[in-house]
Amino acid sequence: MPNLEHPAYPAATLLQLESLVPCRESQVSMLLSIFGERQQFSFPSIFIYGHTSSGKTYVMQTLLKTLQLPHIFVNCVEHFTSRLLLEEILIQLQSCSSETAQNSHMSCDTLNDFVRLFKQAVESRELQDQTLYIVLDRAEQLREMEANILPAFLRLQELTDRNVTVVLLSEIVWELFRPNIGCFEPFTLYFPDYSIGHLQKILSQNHPPEYSADFYAAYINILLGVFYMVCRDLKELQHLAALNFSKYCEPVVRGEANERDTRKLWKNIEPHLKKAMQTVYLREISSTQWERLQHDDGEPGQLKGLSAHTHVELPYYSKFLLIAAYLASYNPVRTDKRFFLKHHGKIRKTNFMKKHEKTSNHLLGPKPFPLDRLLAILYSIVDNRVAPTANIFSQITSLVTLQLLSMVGHNDQLDGPRYKCIVSLDFIRAIAR
Amino acid sequence: GCFVFKPSPKKRRVTQKAAIDFRERNNDSEDAELRFVTCQSLWNQIKLEKEQIQEDLNKQLFDNLEGFLRRSHSERQEKTTKWTCQMKSSEIPTAALVLGVNVTDHDLTFKSLSEVLQNNITPYIALLEAKDCPGIKNLMQKLMGQLMNCYIDVDSLEDEDYVQVSQNRIRCSMTSLINWYESVTKKPDSETPSKKRTSSSRHWQSPPVVVIFKDMESFTTKVLQDFIVICSQHIRELPLVLIFGIATSPMIIHSLLPHSVSSLLCIELFQSLSCKEHLSTIIDKLLLTAQFPFKLGGKVLQVLINIFLYHDFSVQNFIKGYQLCIVEHFYSQPLSVLCCQLVDAKKRVNSLSHDQCENIRRLPSFRRYVERQVSEKQIALLTADSCLKETTQKLLEDLHVYHENYISVLRCLHVFTSSLPKYPLGKQIRELHCACLEDQVWETEEYESSLQLARMLSKSDLVTMLQQCVEIFVSSSGKEFDKTVEKLKEFLTQFQKLEAEAFQEQDVSVSSQKELQKKTDLYHLQKTLLELKESRRSKKLTKFEMLRFEVVDYIDSLVRNYLVPADHKTLHEIVYFNTASVLREHLNAAPRIALHTALNNPYCYLKNQALKSDGGNISNKAPDICIVYRLHLECGRLINLADWLEAFSTVVMAVEGPNADAASSEQVDDIIHARFIRAVSELELLGFIKPSKQKTDHVARLTWGGC
Repeated sequence: MPNLEHPAYPAATLLQLESLVPCRESQVSMLLSIFGERQQFSFPSIFIYGHTSSGKTYVMQTLLKTLQLPHIFVNCVEHFTSRLLLEEILIQLQSCSSETAQNSHMSCDTLNDFVRLFKQAVESRELQDQTLYIVLDRAEQLREMEANILPAFLRLQELTDRNVTVVLLSEIVWELFRPNIGCFEPFTLYFPDYSIGHLQKILSQNHPPEYSADFYAAYINILLGVFYMVCRDLKELQHLAALNFSKYCEPVVRGEANERDTRKLWKNIEPHLKKAMQTVYLREISSTQWERLQHDDGEPGQLKGLSAHTHVELPYYSKFLLIAAYLASYNPVRTDKRFFLKHHGKIRKTNFMKKHEKTSNHLLGPKPFPLDRLLAILYSIVDNRVAPTANIFSQITSLVTLQLLSMVGHNDQLDGPRYKCIVSLDFIRAIAR
Repeated sequence: GCFVFKPSPKKRRVTQKAAIDFRERNNDSEDAELRFVTCQSLWNQIKLEKEQIQEDLNKQLFDNLEGFLRRSHSERQEKTTKWTCQMKSSEIPTAALVLGVNVTDHDLTFKSLSEVLQNNITPYIALLEAKDCPGIKNLMQKLMGQLMNCYIDVDSLEDEDYVQVSQNRIRCSMTSLINWYESVTKKPDSETPSKKRTSSSRHWQSPPVVVIFKDMESFTTKVLQDFIVICSQHIRELPLVLIFGIATSPMIIHSLLPHSVSSLLCIELFQSLSCKEHLSTIIDKLLLTAQFPFKLGGKVLQVLINIFLYHDFSVQNFIKGYQLCIVEHFYSQPLSVLCCQLVDAKKRVNSLSHDQCENIRRLPSFRRYVERQVSEKQIALLTADSCLKETTQKLLEDLHVYHENYISVLRCLHVFTSSLPKYPLGKQIRELHCACLEDQVWETEEYESSLQLARMLSKSDLVTMLQQCVEIFVSSSGKEFDKTVEKLKEFLTQFQKLEAEAFQEQDVSVSSQKELQKKTDLYHLQKTLLELKESRRSKKLTKFEMLRFEVVDYIDSLVRNYLVPADHKTLHEIVYFNTASVLREHLNAAPRIALHTALNNPYCYLKNQALKSDGGNISNKAPDICIVYRLHLECGRLINLADWLEAFSTVVMAVEGPNADAASSEQVDDIIHARFIRAVSELELLGFIKPSKQKTDHVARLTWGGC
């Protein structure tokens, strides 16, 4: 029984659509009812939001394609300036309906031009009798363009006086978009996350041709059991499923178990998946490396992940500079005298001191310090005398470029630069060894 | 801005202007030209050798990377129909290339890498640097500019229209890049197959587009993220491969990119050779060889190594320093004409001018040599040029032989010392080399203790070491080592014999043990036990121990014979560069100290006799800024401007004091006031003080210590 019903479209198409967008029937039917019939004006702008891989882009794309509605699909990350974005829309519009008269290159710098060119294009393409959909994916990027872009897109129907609907897709809520000066409020639609049942259903849909659907569904069940806690990203799960499936099939291929031996298969795959969670999922080792490992039946232990290579070899003085920077960042200034001076007065060991030190400085994060303090500490922690040569100073700069120190405030160089040490205690420990 | 190397003005002068400058300071002009030519040819040789070494060193890494690039997209093209490939999200193949913190060397590595890739894999390579890409727009512009230009480089004849489209006119979006790629890759089979045959045979049908990020750390997160997201959308149409150049650790990828972005990548790790190993190889192949006549003195080498280890880890800078040494040596030492291959040197000795002969006579090492000769010979050497030339030839030959022997024996000694616990003479051969150059190594405590340790080596170790030594001597070019080799081989056979004897001895001891077990009588038992004990005590040294002593003594004698420090050798000044102070001045500049000396003691730079008065008092003839500087050193963190001016005018007026009017001293002269203000603002410009908001009419000092 079809859940989707709409008088304007044939039932067969709707049925096909439904099979293509599992678990998103309610959203699709909502959209359909907003769209109305082909020639009807629709809501000027629709804002769709939801988490990563909750099917926003996919649903929009399949919906527009299967129903053969005229549409333009643009990714705002890819077209990072307003000019690129507007030109891209116009180019797609040109190639949208007819292949005639490909205007070689049009330049469109402002929205005014865009509206003019858009009107022309729509007129010549005889699209007036149908609603044209402009889908802007990753619409949050629009906020970083000129201030007039977003409000203009929301009111494009009004501005161009054409039958057009703009659909914005984003991962963040509408409240974060709303400009200060106010704008046309779009129709907002939320795509909720897929539940575990949904995931199960969607993932099992594309089973490999060599194996039965049940067999694959069982595999997906196990996979979700391991990964659902850490990852609900559909794409990622699909990727992981594809990566590890060959391992799952192994006992069957070797003839040790048949397809119904779920327990045996589970025993085989479960530790493997756990390992995958620690390595491939975190991109510690790449998926091709993982596949090769699987193929050769090697232990993942022999292949070190990215985070195994934490050790950084530094020149002698760079090490000391970094340690000095760390000390300067995490020790309060008043203790410097006590720690780094040879003939400091005896400090009274009062409870007062201890109480302060208990609130660990590590919880507060690094504090900025001036260059001179860094050098003073450096001189006192290095055994032999250090000449303040150009090399030492350039090392500080290179530590900044290596992202081990960071410069605080970009004011005048003459004004005594201030730095922060941004490495962890473990890193410093490793270096100090 | 990282580990900067400032090319010294002198070197640049040599490379740009020609030999004329060599002549400038020295009078003997004919040799200057020859010296320049010698220096150039020597440097060219060294450069070639260096490049060869670096190519060999990088080969492994580049091979791995090549393999990765080949694999990355070929798989995808083959089996797009298979189920797993359809299901897998298409990740961007990415090589994380960990190169170490020596950022200065990276440029060279990337350059050779892109050359290798260009020859073997793909013509489409873009090198991106963080400083060119503050935003995604700049990045795309740069990327497309490089890629499309490289296309034009490949065959510049066609596509005139393409060239005319300037960079800005092209829409810098991924779509135009894809269009470009399609047009480029389609071309060979449609249009001019004959012309492209060469390139298409080397690269396959659709070569990957390689984008290299030279300094991953410096890129902003936003730019990288956006770029990766864009790329991942088009990865199926455009076979991109990313290479991240990483200076610190691969963890930086995770800290720069969130999981949602890094999950678009398929990262494989590649580690380049560590810079310390690189340096060791360079030293081994360039310095510890008799191939090049030029040598570094102990102190100089120490300076270069210290800069490397303490400051920058940059092999490139080390080589630049080495180059500086060569240039400086040929520039400052007139006798360096003789610093060439032995055959040439002998010829050149014959054609030396009288002045040059005098130069030889003035060499301290030569004077020492003369003093050791009998008096007639002394006179002959000091007066007759021909006699001098003859002797010089002989001495040069000696020096040459000394080098050959030195290196072999040094390596041999290193075999021994590098396996001792705690490495008293250093683990690396360069440390040993420095120690030997510095002083007579056998007089040092470290040498003594390492001999002690060597006397405790086990037999198997000793035998392997001796074998290594034999190999070294056999392969060495020195002629005197036949006997040494024989001697060492003799030691080896003795060790073998010992082994055989040891078996027998064991038998003997076992039999005595058996005897011991036989005798159950208490008295006899006691007696035999005593005997055994006695025999053990008397036989203090086994044969093995004796032999071991002999071996160590023999090595010791070799060391004493051949590892004489170079400055004990006559005429060493000709081939050794030993002025470490010059090098230090050029390579390890101290701007703060220089500034302080300039301001505190202007005589040092101005060489004006009037300023020479040293000590605490401030001369009023010094430049105003010096006076102001000296006065400000005496102040605390905050300086009262009025007091400062007072002090300044007192100093300036000091000389005029006696004949000046009382009235003028009361009121500070306008001119002096102006001079003071100018000097203070100069100090501010130099960064010594800055205006303070804490107190009115005060400035804050930005430096401390000072004097």
